Amino acid sequence: MTTETEPRTSAAIGGMGHSVKRKEDPRFIRGAGEYIEDVVLPGMLWMDIVRTPYAHATIKSIDASEALKIPGVLAVITGADLEKAGLHWMPTLAGDKQMVLPTTTVMYQAQEVAAVVATNRYAAADGVAAVFVDYEPLPVIVDPHKSLRPDAFVLRPDRGPDKANNHIWHWESGDKAATDAALAAAEVRVSEDIYIPRIHVASIETCGCVADWDAVRGQLTLHMTSQAPHAIRTVLALVSGLPEQNIRVKTHDIGGGFGGKVPVYPGYVLAVVASLTVGKPVKWIEDRSENLQADSFARDYHIHAELGATKAGKITSLKVKTIADHGYTDAAADPSKFPAGLFNVITGSYDFPNAFVEVDGVYTNKPPGGVAYRCSFRVTEAVHAIEQMVDILAHDIGKDPAQLRMENFIQPEQFPYKTPTGWEYDSGNYGVALQKAMDMIGYADLRKEQAEKRARGELMGIGISSFTEIVGAGPSKDFDIIGIKMFDSCEIRVHPTGKVTARIGVQSQGQGHETTFAQIIAEELGFDTDTAPYGLGTYASRSTPVAGAATAMASRKILDKARKIAAHLLECAEDDLDWEPGKFTVKGSPDRFKTIQEISFAAYTNHPQGMEAGLEAVDYYDPPNLTFPFGSYICVVDIDKTTGQVTVRRFVAVDDCGNIINPMIVDGQIHGGLTMGFAPALYESITYDELGNNQAGTFMDYLLPTAVETPRWETGKTITPSPHHPIGAKGVGESATVGAPPAIVNAVVDAMWHLGVRKIDIPMTPQKVWAILHEKGVA
Amino acid sequence: MTTQHVKVTVNGEVREADVEPRLLLVHLLRENFGLTGTHVGCDTSNCGACTVHVNGMSAKSCTMLAVQADGAEVKTIEGMANGAALHPLQQGFWDQHGLQCGFCTPGMIMQSAWLLEQNPDPSEDEIRLGISGNLCRCTGYVNIVKAIQQAAGELRAADAAPVASVTAS
Repeated sequence: MTTETEPRTSAAIGGMGHSVKRKEDPRFIRGAGEYIEDVVLPGMLWMDIVRTPYAHATIKSIDASEALKIPGVLAVITGADLEKAGLHWMPTLAGDKQMVLPTTTVMYQAQEVAAVVATNRYAAADGVAAVFVDYEPLPVIVDPHKSLRPDAFVLRPDRGPDKANNHIWHWESGDKAATDAALAAAEVRVSEDIYIPRIHVASIETCGCVADWDAVRGQLTLHMTSQAPHAIRTVLALVSGLPEQNIRVKTHDIGGGFGGKVPVYPGYVLAVVASLTVGKPVKWIEDRSENLQADSFARDYHIHAELGATKAGKITSLKVKTIADHGYTDAAADPSKFPAGLFNVITGSYDFPNAFVEVDGVYTNKPPGGVAYRCSFRVTEAVHAIEQMVDILAHDIGKDPAQLRMENFIQPEQFPYKTPTGWEYDSGNYGVALQKAMDMIGYADLRKEQAEKRARGELMGIGISSFTEIVGAGPSKDFDIIGIKMFDSCEIRVHPTGKVTARIGVQSQGQGHETTFAQIIAEELGFDTDTAPYGLGTYASRSTPVAGAATAMASRKILDKARKIAAHLLECAEDDLDWEPGKFTVKGSPDRFKTIQEISFAAYTNHPQGMEAGLEAVDYYDPPNLTFPFGSYICVVDIDKTTGQVTVRRFVAVDDCGNIINPMIVDGQIHGGLTMGFAPALYESITYDELGNNQAGTFMDYLLPTAVETPRWETGKTITPSPHHPIGAKGVGESATVGAPPAIVNAVVDAMWHLGVRKIDIPMTPQKVWAILHEKGVA
Repeated sequence: MTTQHVKVTVNGEVREADVEPRLLLVHLLRENFGLTGTHVGCDTSNCGACTVHVNGMSAKSCTMLAVQADGAEVKTIEGMANGAALHPLQQGFWDQHGLQCGFCTPGMIMQSAWLLEQNPDPSEDEIRLGISGNLCRCTGYVNIVKAIQQAAGELRAADAAPVASVTAS
């Protein structure tokens, strides 16, 4: 492990380790990006959607006659129309099914009920207001515990009589008997219920598309804002019956994704149906309230965790039982074998001899849940639980939480390390990262300050999170989504002029792929970064671990051929050549060399007899294992006793994402990830009343942090390269969102532990904190 | 639907349109005038992606009717660069990695420009307060603050530089 590395290439080439300025920025800073709403096609129409105000109701009738009288309104599409073509249901990426439009029953508030097509957006909105739907309200279940009771009504009778309950699936991992025995024998036990509320990614650009059906050519082009265009194309082919090769899904610039732009939403299918119906391009752009009420949600995990340890603080066992609220359908994008994602990474950074984890998926009258919120397949939920449990144990036995972590970390010499739930961590060096975070923040001094303040009655807390992530899905023996293996690919074509076009299978939504993938090629081949990459999708921090590896491997295939051409040009044996990024030199003759640009030209003009012309390569990379980024975060909070307001005074984040392609972009990803960890810790949650009314349907109620309350993040690095990744990188986009929330929770609990507070669920709003302080007689 | 004639000077150019009285300014700019750099992110004036300048004041164009801008001078992100020369704020956002997905960036730059006109030498707290009506979901604001600080420095230096020639206005 090191803490810094020198770039191998010159700044002019700009390979790994250079903070190359982003190639995509010039268009964005001039307002010349092309996001989905900017797409305008000749004759394009607008679509808007009628949504139900009820969370559960029978549709008695739909009357569109008044809507159709409005000037500009051309068509109203209902579930009955779709049913005739068999299009009223569609498969989800999790193998469940979801309504495109209901024919009899609505299942959650704001569900799509009808689509109005009109000549402009205002006429479409008028049409929506004029569609009359007669509903008969039905009982509503919003609590998954109630949903599991034997007397609960069955939400999804379409699943058939053998599934006459609201239980979707059961999934478990680890050794139950051994864990039970270890827990029973434990000297100390900690048992807690931890709820992680429903939250929404709320990318600043909402979802939308422009569907363009060309009846003459029999081709459908769907312009959209999607993180997974290839998966969308496959689902569209399955739903519509159109041959997949006649469907083109075109993504443009994407205004943030974070997981929310992976699913296939009914609006996309409706826009396609509308274009097929009216024979013109149809645009659909959801507004913010639709986005916050109807798009897929994250989290909603009810976790019960039990941890066993010795009195001295050596952890021995972990048992976790979780109820996962998926809403009315399981539309998560988890790999097929992992309905609870990679939640069994819950043993975290610690050497647990025994662990057992079980999760049950449950239906409720809410929109689909279970998508990511800038995190890899339920890893955030896992980290949130284990990091709180470890902290509570430390407080219970009177040991410093940092010390307890140090004593229980998996040690560097234990890697590769097999966890009790079946993962093989490839690498890690957790103690060094925690020590670095402690040094950066001045941990010992902070503990002294806290003691002094506590003596004066002031509330100050220090919280730690030492997380391990699991990203880069994934090895095809285990990972697929609706049968599509989760490899990824890169095709590199070197042009005669020495310029490069690379096609990658992943999609950027702000990560700077145009820059970083060019840097990988620069690192491997010595071309400058004036390269043009274009794009199963970008989510779960898989771009660098998977497509980045494919890019490196394809580059190496190019280099093999380039070496042969160089040997031909220099009239020497291949073994007599030395490579440095950018050129081959004959050993011992520094003046005899060929640059990669000269070799590129020769590949088309003067290649060896018998060799195919051209310089190009494809690599489909199937990773041998996932990668395991880690880090240690320390947070300092002050709590205002009179208002319950929590202020994050300092936050130090030490991350280890392996070898770094672009330090500037990595820091940017960490800053953003930290902010999306801070947000649900203190502000964001989507709650429902008993009737299933969404209580956070606008940005007035769903509070994204502004620049004022967002902490001034302090970042540091350790570098432990992934041993199996071609460039030793691990993925970074989500680590901070995963690691940050428990550091903040632990700090708030730490500030109030002496008052008898053991645990507090997020979001830790002033109201919630004040109520606790009031109950304890402090506020 | 009756329409009303509006005449707006956008980025120095007089533009006219017959619009429904209910048309939002942001839709006039984006759909009638094709200036798609101004974005819509929330519909409730929270996110600021639609921020433009109206008669020199920062305004959220999703919360203003097009007819209210009749006769006004409007400046959008497309009017910030001088040909190939970027505005110091645009340069600052690029240099400091002050953007990721870029969707909030035009509104963020327009609000920052207005902020620096009001306060050419803001502290970090003043910058953070000044952009608190603009939401960014990607960057965590750290590098946006640095971008604005860089631009503020450049603009102050340009103001302090001796004027080589004076042109009549």
